[in-house]
Amino acid sequence: MQTNMTGIAERADRMKQKQNAVVLSQKKIATDIYDMWIETSLAAEVKPGQFVCIYPKDKSTLLPRPISICEADAQKGALRVVYRAAGAGTREFAGYGEGDSVSVLGTLGNGFPVEEGRGKRIFLIGGGIGIPPLLELAKRLEGVKRAVLGYRNQELFLREDLETYAATYVATEDGSMGSKGNVMDAIGDNALEADIIYACGPMPMLRAVKAYGAEHHIKTYISLEERMACGVGACLGCVAKTKEIDHHSHVHNARICTDGPVFDADVVDI
Amino acid sequence: MNTEVTLAGIKLKNPVMTASGTFGSGMEYGEFVDLNRLGAVVTKGVANVPWQGNPTPRVAEVYGGMLNAIGLQNPGIDVFMERDIPFLKQYDTKMIVNVCGKTVEDYIEVVERLGEEPAVSMLEINVSCPNVKEGAIAFGQEAHALYGITNEIKKHAKQPVMMKLSPNVTDITEMARAAEAGGCDAISLINTITGMKIDIHKKRFVLANKTGGMSGPAIKPIAVRMVYQAAHAVKVPIVGMGGIATGEDAIEFLLAGATAVSIGAMNFVNPYATIEVIEGIEKYMRDYQVENVSELIGAVE
Repeated sequence: MQTNMTGIAERADRMKQKQNAVVLSQKKIATDIYDMWIETSLAAEVKPGQFVCIYPKDKSTLLPRPISICEADAQKGALRVVYRAAGAGTREFAGYGEGDSVSVLGTLGNGFPVEEGRGKRIFLIGGGIGIPPLLELAKRLEGVKRAVLGYRNQELFLREDLETYAATYVATEDGSMGSKGNVMDAIGDNALEADIIYACGPMPMLRAVKAYGAEHHIKTYISLEERMACGVGACLGCVAKTKEIDHHSHVHNARICTDGPVFDADVVDI
Repeated sequence: MNTEVTLAGIKLKNPVMTASGTFGSGMEYGEFVDLNRLGAVVTKGVANVPWQGNPTPRVAEVYGGMLNAIGLQNPGIDVFMERDIPFLKQYDTKMIVNVCGKTVEDYIEVVERLGEEPAVSMLEINVSCPNVKEGAIAFGQEAHALYGITNEIKKHAKQPVMMKLSPNVTDITEMARAAEAGGCDAISLINTITGMKIDIHKKRFVLANKTGGMSGPAIKPIAVRMVYQAAHAVKVPIVGMGGIATGEDAIEFLLAGATAVSIGAMNFVNPYATIEVIEGIEKYMRDYQVENVSELIGAVE
């Protein structure tokens, strides 16, 4: 379409873009968990912890699905997303195969502060579908890295990938692998210690991690999620409560999509 | 080919604007589109003081659209005048500021502050947000109250006043006539339609606010109908909105009687939507040999 062509020329220098990208590969790696590589120039500048929005093609499901970036290969121009097929949109994505087009907006969000971890004892704590962004983070961090991963059962997706970059410790809800219980149980069982924490996962896990960090005086960064509409900071749909008045909103709310998704745990009320 | 339209004395380079609350003050979408190309930017609603808005979840997807219950979170008029207005002033587009409040006095305070700023071309008065519990919505759902607040605001406004109407009424023509009788210079419609979504697995409301305003392509036929009815009930110009995604959608609103249109929820689906709508209108004009876009206003037979 000609109108699109002119539009793309104009926006070539812009950081955030919506693109029609191409699926390089996709496979199912656990129950409802899919692993997709996408060929896109967005891969050139990715900070770990950032996300992309993927748009379903079905016009009844209009809104973009925010999905964390699991890995970025700048040289190949490829992004990896690992996501759970949970609703109509993500089930549509799960049906994509090699060569299919995929509509993607990125790169979005602030990402984890990698430099702060340099030379420290680092916890990368992930729960369930919060684990994927930790992979790119683990690759880039320089320090003594320990990944503490919480799963429902023995389907330990991405564990092997993470083992390349960090010592991994596992907890499963059903006790089938590693510590029985959650990530806090795995930390206790293995008597692990850290100077800095990076975490992503369900809210109960993040609350426990925040409390643990506060109790042990450990700098803690958490990645939050919320239902989003625009993904770029305009709609104010996805806010997190902040302790202080936020610099942009001038109320006690920060936008997860643009001011986050990664927050200093001390800054947000969760 | 001339795409210019005149709305309540304000010349717009084309009839495409942004729907309040979907475009901030242009900063975020300025990363995707050239704001200079827009007919006008209609800002997110601003009140006399900062508003915290509603708890999350604030948005939900529904078939062909979405629900929102943001609750008009905004930084208040002080910050708005220091930050948002100077930002938009850099661009060659018209600035229309959406004003919200809980009492008539709240509205007037903001209207008077904005009167100090000549870069603001027009005021859009939000009397129709379905997500704020106190006050405001009553102004938009009772003809007498709408007449009263329009009349009061007109006494204090330096810029033309556009009243944004709620579709959540029995007779849109009665509301349009009340706003016109109150002295408004233009009318915009429709605001969102009150809806609800329930998560059947959790047996809970999806939105923390329980109800939210529905927008998106699924509401477009309702919006076109209401624009048509309002255009036949009043003489003041109409800005039409509700699910516009393409140039063809915009043309439909113009033919129904709108002088200009706003792009709302579709910005979220396609950050380039505003520009693509402008280009779509131009394509239609070429295809049908329309010299002036204003020829299309109300031209449905």
